[in-house]
Amino acid sequence: MARDKNNLIAGACLAVFGAYVITGASRVSYTSEVGPGPGFFPLWVGIGMVIFAAALMIFSFLPAKKQLAAASWRSALRALIGWLAVMVAVFLFGRIGFSLSFILLTAFLICALDRRPIWLAVTVGVVLAVSFHLLFVLALDVSLPAGPWGF
Amino acid sequence: MEAFYNLLAGFAVALSPLNLFWCFIGVVLGTVVGVLPGLGPAATIAMLLPLTLKMDHTTAIIALAGIFYGARYGGSTTSILLNIPGESSSVVTCIDGYQMARNGRAGAALGISAIASFVAGTVGVLGLMLIAPPLARFALRFAPPEYFALMVLGLAMVVFLAGESMIKALLAMLVGLWIATIGTDLFTAESRFTFGQAKLLGGIDFVAASVGIFAIAEVLVNLETQGGAEIFKLPRGLRNLLPTLQDLKDCRFAFLNGSLIGFFVGALPGAGATVASFMSYGIEKAFSRHPEKFGTGVIEGVAAPEGANNADAGGALVPLLTLGIPGGNTTAILLGGLILWGYKPGPLLISEHPDLFWGLVASMYIGNVLLLVLNLPLVPLFAQILRLPYYVLYPFIIGISVVGVYSVNGSLFDVWIMAIFGLLGYLMRKLEFPAAALVLGMVLGDSLERALRQSLMMSQGDLSILVNRPIAGVLLATALLILILPALRKVRSWRVQAIEQEG
Repeated sequence: MARDKNNLIAGACLAVFGAYVITGASRVSYTSEVGPGPGFFPLWVGIGMVIFAAALMIFSFLPAKKQLAAASWRSALRALIGWLAVMVAVFLFGRIGFSLSFILLTAFLICALDRRPIWLAVTVGVVLAVSFHLLFVLALDVSLPAGPWGF
Repeated sequence: MEAFYNLLAGFAVALSPLNLFWCFIGVVLGTVVGVLPGLGPAATIAMLLPLTLKMDHTTAIIALAGIFYGARYGGSTTSILLNIPGESSSVVTCIDGYQMARNGRAGAALGISAIASFVAGTVGVLGLMLIAPPLARFALRFAPPEYFALMVLGLAMVVFLAGESMIKALLAMLVGLWIATIGTDLFTAESRFTFGQAKLLGGIDFVAASVGIFAIAEVLVNLETQGGAEIFKLPRGLRNLLPTLQDLKDCRFAFLNGSLIGFFVGALPGAGATVASFMSYGIEKAFSRHPEKFGTGVIEGVAAPEGANNADAGGALVPLLTLGIPGGNTTAILLGGLILWGYKPGPLLISEHPDLFWGLVASMYIGNVLLLVLNLPLVPLFAQILRLPYYVLYPFIIGISVVGVYSVNGSLFDVWIMAIFGLLGYLMRKLEFPAAALVLGMVLGDSLERALRQSLMMSQGDLSILVNRPIAGVLLATALLILILPALRKVRSWRVQAIEQEG
């Protein structure tokens, strides 16, 4: 039985990924007319990945010198929800613009994840969005994704 | 002595009210673009280049160079306060700088960064003034095998980023090297690992990936607990916001290390400030009396890389002005400017246009003083960002990250990349893989592959070219030593343990 399941799973995933890199590298030529081809470097990177991933898996069965705090995956759910909210906001940037998407994202993070009042969440979102617009778009002439209404 | 008289003449040029004014404008603009992630000095100089056509050429180069080295001063601010590396050379600063901010020492970190930048920037200018031509000739001896060895030496610094597990650090570095291969192969124009996405043909944008790995991952980690994992501590009182005398004493070696590594690596075309910052951090940790504390908020871990990426600015001007070879994007645009104004950068530039060269050198001394005077009073002001409640700070970090990443190429695809790398960075944090090792691989991967393939083309596939040349051989041997030293130490500690158990 592995003593460190996280390392065992991470090692297994990286070994599979290394195998993918080797496969991908072998699809392009290893050598070209002038020397090493585009597959040369990634092939060796993939081989290195498989070797070290195997080592990580093997070491996960050995007793650890120091007991590391096991990563808590229960709390990771909140982080995952936060990440999904960021992904949704990125999806909305191109459709309803940066400012409105950012207000929605901020409101969600503060209201849903941090359980704060909705008025506070919306106020923070609006103040930050307006500040970004004033500083970057108006003062520094940086273009940001705009919605149908122009901001 | 001749250099001294030339420098005096340079000061006469640089201290004219008009040049002084443009030097000030340049360093202020540089600091601003350095503070804001994404808006790099290269893009700023490119935008302003047409405006300089009607200016006096010496004034123009003084203003543009001010943006170049001023940006290096500002680059550390978001790395320290928000864990957002504005530029690749500021990635290393995140490691200890952000931890210092978390420990309530943001002001000290920002202050030492400004002081290290001043010291190293001045050393860089001294180097540019005194040893530019011979150093440029030495840099010319760097062919692909030497560059390959230098990149391997840079990668060997992974040892100092490893933390608890060397295997995890090496794996993270290999993933970084693989990410660097994504896109179109420069030699054959074949596409690699693009998953059928045309937008990946140009590769993964470094700023997008590193902002995701550091800043977005940090936000995700803090979202785990309601109310934020930990609120930043920020001491009250100006005295507590600046570095102490003990801090300055602790950073003596870091100033010297950062200055020398930054200048010499900067003088090598293509090596860049990022390599210099990683190398100086590695050297600082290797020679430190408390290497185990690095990564927890050690002030030397901020001073060394910040010094290196500023001394690099002086170093990068050596091949540009004496050989006409640009070392990176920004110096390439400066070269374009010099040619546009009718100069021929090369061995004769200094003798044919002494007012331009010595005026620039003198203006860099003045610019460094201006930057220190400008930046130190700004430290308490910037540190106030950390007084924001966490429920304002984290959306603020996300907003700054999105704006910074989007502004580089105006591409939403880069923002997607940032978000995806945010999750990757978060998983790495949870599984205790060092994110800086992945970034190191990403930064050096492209140059490493190019140098390796060029070397093998030169030797028609004979690998001995990598070790037969003296400079390459010495660099590779040093890298090997750095890589095997921790293993030797481990074997020694096992033996000591075994002997103790037997006894």
